[in-house]
Amino acid sequence: MRDVAVVGFAQRQMKELDGSPTCLELLVPILADLYEQTGWTKSDIDFWCSGSSDYLAGRSFSFVSAVDAIGTIPPVMESHVEMDAAWAMYEAWVKIQTGEVDTALVYGFGKSSAGILRRILALQLDPYTTQPLWPDTVSLAGIQAREGLEKGLWDANAMAEVVARSMTDAQSNEWAIRKGATTVEDVLAHPLYADPLRRWDCAPVSDGAAGIVIAAGDKANQARQRPAWISGFEHRIEPIAINARDLTTSSSTASAGKAALGKEGVGSVDLAELHAPFSHQELILRSSLGLADDVTINPSGGALTANPMFTAGLNRIGEAAKRIWAGESDKALAHTTSGPVLQQNLVVTMEGR
Amino acid sequence: MAPSTESRVLHAPMKVEFDYTRSLGSVLSQFMSALKQHSVLGGVLADGRVVVPPPEYDPVTHEAITELVPVSDFGTVQSWSWVSEPVAQQPLEKPFAFAQILLDGSDAPMLHAVDVDSPADISTGLRVRVRWAEQTTGTIRDIACFEPAGDDVSEGSASMDFGAPEVTGIVSPVNLAYDYAASPEETKFFQGLAEGKLYGQRCPVCEKVYVPPRGACPVDGVPTTDEVLLPDRGTLTTYCVVNVPFVGQTIPIPYVSAYVLLDGADIAFLHLILDVDAADVRMGMRVEAVWKPQEEWTTDLNNIKYFRPTGEPDAEYDTYKMHL
Repeated sequence: MRDVAVVGFAQRQMKELDGSPTCLELLVPILADLYEQTGWTKSDIDFWCSGSSDYLAGRSFSFVSAVDAIGTIPPVMESHVEMDAAWAMYEAWVKIQTGEVDTALVYGFGKSSAGILRRILALQLDPYTTQPLWPDTVSLAGIQAREGLEKGLWDANAMAEVVARSMTDAQSNEWAIRKGATTVEDVLAHPLYADPLRRWDCAPVSDGAAGIVIAAGDKANQARQRPAWISGFEHRIEPIAINARDLTTSSSTASAGKAALGKEGVGSVDLAELHAPFSHQELILRSSLGLADDVTINPSGGALTANPMFTAGLNRIGEAAKRIWAGESDKALAHTTSGPVLQQNLVVTMEGR
Repeated sequence: MAPSTESRVLHAPMKVEFDYTRSLGSVLSQFMSALKQHSVLGGVLADGRVVVPPPEYDPVTHEAITELVPVSDFGTVQSWSWVSEPVAQQPLEKPFAFAQILLDGSDAPMLHAVDVDSPADISTGLRVRVRWAEQTTGTIRDIACFEPAGDDVSEGSASMDFGAPEVTGIVSPVNLAYDYAASPEETKFFQGLAEGKLYGQRCPVCEKVYVPPRGACPVDGVPTTDEVLLPDRGTLTTYCVVNVPFVGQTIPIPYVSAYVLLDGADIAFLHLILDVDAADVRMGMRVEAVWKPQEEWTTDLNNIKYFRPTGEPDAEYDTYKMHL
């Protein structure tokens, strides 16, 4: 395997982008940020890969106009996934592993506020027996949360602790949308919105874009003093039929984590950025990965404080990499989810050397 | 749509509607046909468990499911979530619960709606029964929703014929609504149109002029910042003669669609060419915009009805060869 590291990360997110769903006006400054961080220009990037969705943009081929942000004369080598850009990063990482390229810039964007996000996401469900009922994201998460609550796997207090810690930590994240010093009591004082969930248990609808630069070997060392070296990168998926899964656990996260962590296991991980759009999902992820209580979880505030579709997962990787660059973490784990109620999960581990 | 004063860019409502017509395999054909006859079928997995809706393949052995058995139209709520703000096309328009419901005779819950007035009226363990749609057509929506069963017990499924399935396909209507916003550059362009002006933008690096303006120069990847007012005349670079009639066509065929390169612009845009016989249209022809009456102008490219020949001599090929 080639040694590949994360060497650049930039993000922009907001509650509502008053602008085009192509998000070009976010992507142009993000790419400029990434060039400045790495000291590179367009010609230093061998491969480009993006994550976005036409359903979210409400127009076909929305990713094609985003390519304008790159500048594609002469043409560039480019690809796209209709998934969180964390999966675009996986494709770029595989591309580097083939030896065909050494560097890649991965970006994602989405304007969730253009439609009703929780409704649009019903389109990712089984189209014969489930989607025609239009089960919204929040309702499915509520069913999952109640199952765990009533089986005694977690309680409202544990969910509120996740919310309070996330919003408090997000105070130092300039891009967080929902933030501020918050206690468990503050959270529990709120009424139920989608019984058993409170609004703060659900990630805020967020718009945004983000980009990451990854590079192999010497190229990575050239771009960053202490690159975040990728030591494991895996993703797994579960069935689309919700009744074929145990919603209170995440077997795909567990198997992706086990494969990414390898023989060394989870013990050496000191920080984790978990993509949990609902508070109880963080509890499921922590237990599926076997993270110890002393591991720092989501110092950025996580997805509960900003959850831009198609970049909230990539942001987890970027936020974890930032801690490694700064020497605040020696081994970090980042997780991304996609699909209904944690159907598909990706785990990447990174190390400072 | 009138420019909004609250927003820095133009917004307009946009609806995207499409019906998916889906054919059903043997398992779902039988399931949907049974629903039409007020009966619910479950699939028997390799381990003997009965699952509703029936999967087409066993999730563990991956063998095709071949055995379907009737289950009850009564069941028990296993988990639920309150929907305080229903969204379009959900089973109920008033607040309700989505629930995982274990039908009697099955071993895995099915997701559906339960019609109760408040969260206080539902709990895990609640006995519920199917409320059938007034007209059943062979879709999952034949089950309108579930409702509390009280002390009632099922009278059993309606008798059904297990012959060749009657329903072999479904139509899934999808209606999506968006607030579509233009970019700041597009906004400037459309607002200009409302005043009879054509704005483009120049790339600060390569100095190419784009119309309509885009957020970034596709060559250099930098924002196109400098505004350029362009004339409403230019050169026809390339064209096609439309001879094929289609639904919604408003112009008599044959007519000409063409790329028009406005004088001073570096990118041509598509518009209509009229007031000329299609056979006389040629590359390099000089054309000018014919506008609608000023009182009809909106933030819309249709303010220009079409382009027509100016009668000037044709442009030299060298002046537009880079724009083909």
